[in-house]
Amino acid sequence: MKVIVVGCGKIGTTVVSSLAEEGHDVVVIDTDPKVVENVTNIHDAMGVCGSGTDCKTLKEAGIENCDLLVAVTDLDELNMLCCYIGKNLGAGHTIARIRRPEYNTENIGFLRQQLDLSLSLNPEMLAAREMFNILRFPYALKIETFSGKSFEIVEIVLKEESALTGVKLMDIRSRLKQNFLVVAVQRGDEVFIPGGDFVLRKGDRIGLTASPVEVQNLMKALGIESKQARNVMILGGSRIGYYLARLLVSVGNTVRLIERDQNRAEELVSLLPNRTVVINDDGAQQEVLVEEGLNSADAFVALTGMDEQNILLSIFAAVNKVPKVITKVNRQELIGMADKLGLDCIISPRRIAADVVVRYARALENSQGSNVETMYNIMDNKAEVLEFNAGGDFPGIGVPLKKLRLRKNVLIGGIIRDRKALIPSGDDKILQGDRVIVVAAGGRHNDLSDILS
Amino acid sequence: MNRRMVIYRVGQILELEAALLLIPLAVAAIYFEWKIVICFVVSAAAALVPGVLMRLIFKPDNQMMYAKEGFSIVTLAWILLSVFGALPFFLSREIPNYIDAFFETVSGFTTTGASLVPDVERLSHGILFWRSFTHWIGGMGILVLIMAIVPTDSGRSMHIMRAEMPGPVVGKLVPKLKDTAKILYFIYIALTILETVILLIGGMPLFDSIVHALGTAGTGGYGIKGDSIGGYNHFLQWVIAVFMVLFGINFNLYYLLIMKKFNAALKNTELWLFLGMIVVSTTVITADIFKVYGNFGDSLRNSFFQVTSIMSTTGYSTADFDKWPVLSKDLIFVLMFVGGCAGSTAGGLKISRILIMAKTVINDIRQQLHPRSVTSLKIDGKPVDKNTIHRVSTYFLLYIFIIVAVFLLISFEPFGFETNLSAAVSCFNNVGPGFAVVGPAGNYSAYSDFSTIILSIAMLLGRLEIFPLILAFNPSNWVNKNK
Repeated sequence: MKVIVVGCGKIGTTVVSSLAEEGHDVVVIDTDPKVVENVTNIHDAMGVCGSGTDCKTLKEAGIENCDLLVAVTDLDELNMLCCYIGKNLGAGHTIARIRRPEYNTENIGFLRQQLDLSLSLNPEMLAAREMFNILRFPYALKIETFSGKSFEIVEIVLKEESALTGVKLMDIRSRLKQNFLVVAVQRGDEVFIPGGDFVLRKGDRIGLTASPVEVQNLMKALGIESKQARNVMILGGSRIGYYLARLLVSVGNTVRLIERDQNRAEELVSLLPNRTVVINDDGAQQEVLVEEGLNSADAFVALTGMDEQNILLSIFAAVNKVPKVITKVNRQELIGMADKLGLDCIISPRRIAADVVVRYARALENSQGSNVETMYNIMDNKAEVLEFNAGGDFPGIGVPLKKLRLRKNVLIGGIIRDRKALIPSGDDKILQGDRVIVVAAGGRHNDLSDILS
Repeated sequence: MNRRMVIYRVGQILELEAALLLIPLAVAAIYFEWKIVICFVVSAAAALVPGVLMRLIFKPDNQMMYAKEGFSIVTLAWILLSVFGALPFFLSREIPNYIDAFFETVSGFTTTGASLVPDVERLSHGILFWRSFTHWIGGMGILVLIMAIVPTDSGRSMHIMRAEMPGPVVGKLVPKLKDTAKILYFIYIALTILETVILLIGGMPLFDSIVHALGTAGTGGYGIKGDSIGGYNHFLQWVIAVFMVLFGINFNLYYLLIMKKFNAALKNTELWLFLGMIVVSTTVITADIFKVYGNFGDSLRNSFFQVTSIMSTTGYSTADFDKWPVLSKDLIFVLMFVGGCAGSTAGGLKISRILIMAKTVINDIRQQLHPRSVTSLKIDGKPVDKNTIHRVSTYFLLYIFIIVAVFLLISFEPFGFETNLSAAVSCFNNVGPGFAVVGPAGNYSAYSDFSTIILSIAMLLGRLEIFPLILAFNPSNWVNKNK
């Protein structure tokens, strides 16, 4: 598929990296020749130097026969104009980053319609949503849902010895009498797609699939705290902080938002519902955090503009026994470091936004031969979860799963049949019309039959 | 530096060379030259074994590649390529001295076409084919060939492409590097086949047609006759001359033509400057040598052929320009520096560099007249990056230094000023023939081993455009404290 990415900032680069790795023909446009050279040096993409709203530049990048135009420059207006021009010059689909809150109201639908946008991307909003989901189910590092919300994939860390550790995976299910499947394990830097004789250890980060109800039951059975976070402290009143506070307050949580800049703090007070407490002080001072009640908070979310500060303050919060700590880290290399320092719940807005674009690109390809319904990255992007529609041409239809010869590092994590979740065992079969959830580490899977060796 | 990655990639190249050696092997078999066949088998095996070992032992866990890895891979690959490529000449005893064989191979891969074989017609078919085939491989570049056929896992191969492809600015034709490499080779192969067919139609024997097409495509210039192209009929000479022009043009323009973007292709300044220089030089030389040949047709043909041959840095000849009047000789000498367009298989300084330098000079002069004026250097209507301009100037300085150095290093040879200077210039610019002893009728066999090595290095420097070689042998590159 031919994709043009306009703007090579944080999100642009991440999108280019993912799309180029997926094997798409990527052309990048940026006004800064240095940036263009850098991106094309590192990724297998072609660069065009110029403005995304310049017809000549867009034509040089091949807008006439491009399938997808992604405009992710800093300026919302430029993105919108770029997509509008691009669409009229022949781009198949357009995605614009629109992140200013005044556009992201009920009017966004109208804007999208008028500009003929396929998707509008608000990374901050997406990040806030993801954090909000996690705060509702604090035991999870990440939760993603599949078709009809009948299935969830949940990432958790085994912090202590429990019923899960020290036992072969194939024995756990019968012992716990719970219906779930461990689909991926991260130990150190390595990610495994475990087989039945895999033994979990303390400290492993695991991904498991189950229906939402069973996830709750399982957590109870394991004795893992599954209480919703009620009292949240947010550090940094950026756009993400604002969106997150709004979401949390709307379901009745207590939110304390710490913002250093006085003008911004005042602005936030006027924007947010009354129940939000906005504190104007430097949250980088640990004393301020303690004074404002860090110890009584159920959750701490570090959202300042500096990754390093977020990491350090999160460690401080974790040391102070805050049950749930969420850290915003944008730079890929720091994510790995934060992980090593013991912070397990890390949110990267650029990664989330890039994932949305890649997911959209996959869905587009759907109509062009690929069969992926939804796609999520788990385990720090070292593994993927894909949802396929089992068509009649899949050679494994009606064959018991244990007789299917799957590729290495591929696992069938679940089957959705008639909107019901089914945790498969070796005797189950894939029937036509099923939605099959596949977990894979490495390799590219466009079609369900790609999982067979 | 990621040494494992460098060695792994170079191993890949050696394996490819082993495979490529099978083609001249087949040619030798067709002509029942069994002794030569054995030489090629041994050479292929000699390249294959270290290639496989390097690839298996040094399989890198870390695939990271930066500019310096790119430079190192290209440099090492080209040197080892020549080391093993020289084996067939040496083993067959057709070039009994290994250093001479190495010179002949470097001259082949760098598309110089400077030969030290006194009597080419004595060589066997297999060896003659390999000689010309090295031109073809070296013309577009073997690493670009690897990119086109071997699946690469990293997007960072652009560094390799940039190090191997000639010209001040190397870009991609299409988003994917692999596709770019494939398109370039497709155009290259298509043009080569086209030339072979036209030569066949014009009455050249099949073997000669293929060998000359390969030599023209790489802008190399190894002939298989004592008088190069002079013995073939006039039609064939015109065909080869026209194809030398075609292979001196930036391949990106052919891609634009295929994509039916005629306007963009025809608006290329470099192309028109290249063609303009050919027309002007041909006219001047035709007028100048009219008194030698006495008729317009011969003068025009010989003048056009020699001009295109030198401009495209091919080095075929139909006439001994060493015997021409001084004006023509001087002009030919100057044209040796110029070379073809960037992104072609030709060597030399490249038209686009000359264009950039000329415009820099004009801008500078204007700036001195109007000290407050702001200048911008544009080519084809697009501003040229300051870094590029700077790099072009540095390149030109190094270019002059190297010519001087090579000239001084070989000046102890007793052949006189004209021979030595033209040998240095001709080899460094990948042209081939020079003047006097190394003129179109002569060869490089009179040079000592020391000088042949110096000239081999000069050819490599010229083909890889100086920087990769110098950077790869920068010791700080290879120091790695952690290992």
